[in-house]
Order: sequence, then C-alpha cells, then structure tokens
Amino acid sequence: MSAHFLIVEALKKVFPASAGAVNPPVFEDIHFHIDKGEFVCIVGHSGCGKTTILNVLAGLEEATAGDAFMDGREVRGPSLDRGVVFQGHALMPWMSVLGNVAFAVKSKWPEWSKEKIKEHCTGYLEMVGLGHAIHKKPAELSGGMKQRVGIARAFAIQPKMLLLDEPFGALDALTRGTIQDELLKIVQATHQTVFMITHDVDEAILLADKILLMSNGPHAKIAEIVEVTMPRDRTRAGIHHDPQYYRIRNHLVDFLVNRSKTYAGAETGMFHDPRNPPLVQPGLDGERAPVLTLASDKSATSLKQIVNH
Amino acid sequence: MRSLSLKATLISAMLFLVFIGAWHMATLPKESLTLSTADAEYTALMGKGAEKSGGFPPPLEVGKAFVKYLSDPFYDHGPNDKGIAIQLGHSLARVGLGFFLAVLVAVPLGFVIGMSPLLLRAFDPFIQVLKPISPLAWMPLALYTLKDSNVSGIFVIFICSIWPMLINTAFGVASVRRDWINVARTLEVNPLRKAFLVILPAAAPTILTGMRISMGIAWLVIVAAEMLVGGTGIGYFVWNEWNNLALPNVIFAITMIGVVGMLLDMIFGRLQKLVTYRE
Repeated sequence: MSAHFLIVEALKKVFPASAGAVNPPVFEDIHFHIDKGEFVCIVGHSGCGKTTILNVLAGLEEATAGDAFMDGREVRGPSLDRGVVFQGHALMPWMSVLGNVAFAVKSKWPEWSKEKIKEHCTGYLEMVGLGHAIHKKPAELSGGMKQRVGIARAFAIQPKMLLLDEPFGALDALTRGTIQDELLKIVQATHQTVFMITHDVDEAILLADKILLMSNGPHAKIAEIVEVTMPRDRTRAGIHHDPQYYRIRNHLVDFLVNRSKTYAGAETGMFHDPRNPPLVQPGLDGERAPVLTLASDKSATSLKQIVNH
Repeated sequence: MRSLSLKATLISAMLFLVFIGAWHMATLPKESLTLSTADAEYTALMGKGAEKSGGFPPPLEVGKAFVKYLSDPFYDHGPNDKGIAIQLGHSLARVGLGFFLAVLVAVPLGFVIGMSPLLLRAFDPFIQVLKPISPLAWMPLALYTLKDSNVSGIFVIFICSIWPMLINTAFGVASVRRDWINVARTLEVNPLRKAFLVILPAAAPTILTGMRISMGIAWLVIVAAEMLVGGTGIGYFVWNEWNNLALPNVIFAITMIGVVGMLLDMIFGRLQKLVTYRE
C-alpha cells in the first residue's frame, strides 16, 4: 500500500451548520490513490465536494475525518511539494507576469540569485507560450493567458504533485482546447503527477489516466474509477477517431446523467464498497458501443446543460 | 475629451467672473450722496476719508491683500506679523507630524486587527466610540496632560487622523482576496513576506483611501485647533486678522486654506493612483 504516491483514506467533510443543526457530510468514505506520474481527473456534479477534496490535498482545508498521505508523509497544511492552479487564476494584479512566477520561485528557492530566478521563470513562461508577455500586468492579458501564467507558476516550483481546480472552467471552448493541448504536451514531457477537477468529460478523457466518478452529495462517494485505456500519446485532434473514446465518453455521460444519483445517500440498495470502488475499463468492452452512441448524443447535450449551468 | 475640458475651464472662468462681479456690485460703497454737508464735514474732521467704507470688503481690497501677502510670503516681523508661507508652514508641520504619528500607529495596528477576526471584534467597540468624538473635545485633556499648546495641537491632529486610517487599513487587510492568501499559503511564504508582498499591496488602495480621508480631516481640524491654541499657523492667522477686523486678510487666508487643502488632496490622489491595480 505504501507503494502508491498519494493515498487518501476515509476522507470525510462536514461543514459546520448554523444554529445547532447538524449538516450531513458532503462526502464520506473517500478512498483513492494516485501513483507517481499518473494523471487523475475527478468528475462529479456540483456540490459533491470535489473542490474540498482538492483543498484538503493542497492543505488549505482540513477534513473532518480521514487522512491523506503523499510520498509516505501525511498531508498537513500547505506545502511547496504540491503546486495548485486555482479556478480563478489567482494572479496578483500588482505584479507583472514574471513577478508572479518569480514570487513563487523565490518562495521555493530563496537562495537563488535574481538572474537565475528570472531565467528559470522565463523558461516556464515560454513553455506555456507567454515568452513575449513576461513584463505585462495580468490585467493586460486575456483569460486564457492568465490561466497559462497560473499553470506556469505551478509548474515553475517543480512540485511533486500538481493540483488543478477546474483550471479551464472560465475559458471559452477554443482557448480551452489550445491550453489543454499545451497541458497535455507538458505533462507528457514531464511525467508530472496531477490531480485535476473538471466538469468537462472530453477534457477528462483527453488528459487523464484514471477518472474518479463521484456520486452526488451529500454523502458523496467515489462511485467508480474509470481507467482510460487509450494509449498515452493522445492528441485532441485524433482522439475522437479512437473507437474507445466514445465508449468511455458514453460511460461517463451515462454515469453523470443517470447513475450518479443512485449512489447518493446511504439508502442505496446496491452493494458498493467505498474502500475499493469498482475499476472499470469501458474503452475495452466493445459490444455495447453501437447502441449507446446514438442514444447518448441527446444525453450529452443535456449533460452539458447540467454541468455548465 | 479635450474640448470638454476646454469648455469646463471656460465655464469655470465665467462663474468666477460672475461671482467677482456680483461681489463687487454688492459691496459698492454707499455713495456720500446720502451724507449731508454737515455729516461730510464731520467725517472729514474725524480724519476719515469718504472712500473708507466700514462694510464688507470689495474684491479690489481683497485683491490688494492677496498681492501684499503673496509678494512677500516669508517675512517675519515679530510674533503677530509673519508672512503667509511661514504661517502655512507651521500648520503643515503640525499636520504633517500629527499625521505621520497617526500613520505609524494606525497602519500597523489596523494590519494586526485586520488579520485577526477576534481582535477586529475586540477593538470594534472602542473604535466606534472614539471615532465620532470631535477632535477638539480632546483639547482640554491634551493641554492638561501634555502641558504644551503646540504639542496639544499635534495630538489633536494625531487623534483625528487615526480613525479613518485604522478602519480602512483593518478593512482592507481583512478583505484581501482569499485566492491570493491561498497562493501565499501553498507557496509556504513566511509571514513577513506575505504581509509586505501580498497583503500590503492588496490592501494598499484601501489604506491610501483612509489616509486621504484622514488628511482631509486633519486639514479641517488644524484651523480650528490653531484658533484655540494660538501662536502660529494659518488658523491663528485667521483669528488674529479677525481680531484686527481685517476682513480682506481673513478672506485671503480662507482662500489659502482651500488651496492648500486641495493640493494635499491632490497629492494623496496621486499616491492612490500609484498603488491602485487593475484586475
């Protein structure tokens, strides 16, 4: 068990209720693990506590019960070992782009000289395609560029693990695609361990090795772990030519639209062991594909509405 | 845009001229026509020329006062007769010192209070009670304890400038975006670096707003304080000229108070612009 890079055990979160009432736990019995170099996405409806789980892993929030271990050590408080990309870029508007990244780099390596920091930061900013804009203020950048700076800032401290909280949620579809491509390239090159929240099923399939499906809150649990069995060298342009793609996509959409509710609450009749959520490989079971492709087109659009509301 | 400001300037100038004109008309000397020969003789005997009028000074006379004081702003003919620049200098020095001391107290204290919801609540009742007290009400206590009128004046400025700065600093610090704090936390930034590189710049616009308000109040209060305390300063000058019944000088001093107040506000407006960031 200690072989896994990140281990989450029996995580549970109850938010304090007002005036004596007791809130039900948002999620409970969350068990999962991530291996080194793995890219794991977590998908679920709003309110199932995805962001809270990520914040617990980041050390920004404390869980009510349960533990998280990274690299054999318990996660206690924030650490430079875990880089976080926030939902709303969270750049400091009074610093330049370079200043923002340098602030992070200087925090990690306080003994570095100015030139070394600048060189290091410029390298990472060039990696996300912003080499030309390093002296601009965040306010002068577009939303996509800001988010790229956020990504560069997280990568620049070379964390052992990267936590992404819906990093592309606020971007338009075209920009999102470009940045996904960039992230994919960077991750494939660096073998960074990543935990990412997303609402976008396609994004999850494109980027992830494993997708954790969460049931609806309260009492949310990890219902299933979907393994993305397609080869790792996917591209956004070619991925939808792979027959596995639709099977996985249908499986995910089907879960979000229909099945995520049935896992909710303790009253569920079906047997489900939250310690070992079923690991499924929908990409590999070929027989159910043709029927579902037609049926799920409709559910896919309705899902978009549900998820992007 | 340029034509707009040009038009505005033109209208301003016109308003000014209309104002001066109205003033001039209103203060035209009631002609000696009304005086009978005997009265005229009497006034002549009393050594008062007919051109002397006892009423509100006309603009021309005030203009003369402007020329007189502005042409030699630095003269010093004893305690009751100093140039306007020297008087303003005394006032500005008091305001500057009192304000500076207030900054030294209010900004760090506001910082600490703003960081801690507990302290914010604990300090709140004191701030709420102390804030609305007219700074001049402190004067007797200050005079009694400090035993020096000059120091008391500075204290009054200190006490009136402290509240807006304290409240604004605490508010600015308390409402720094959670995201920025979280960034600093995930980067394990040490508290001092966090305070100076994240919280201070984030709260700076709000803090500067507090300073600007404080400076405005301080400049209002110094005139009244100097009227009470006496000795030097623009407030004392106004009071002294009132005792001399030299209304042109009073009007001149009032104008100066307004101009200096505007300049102070402009300086803080500049500073505010300097620290304001666009998101």
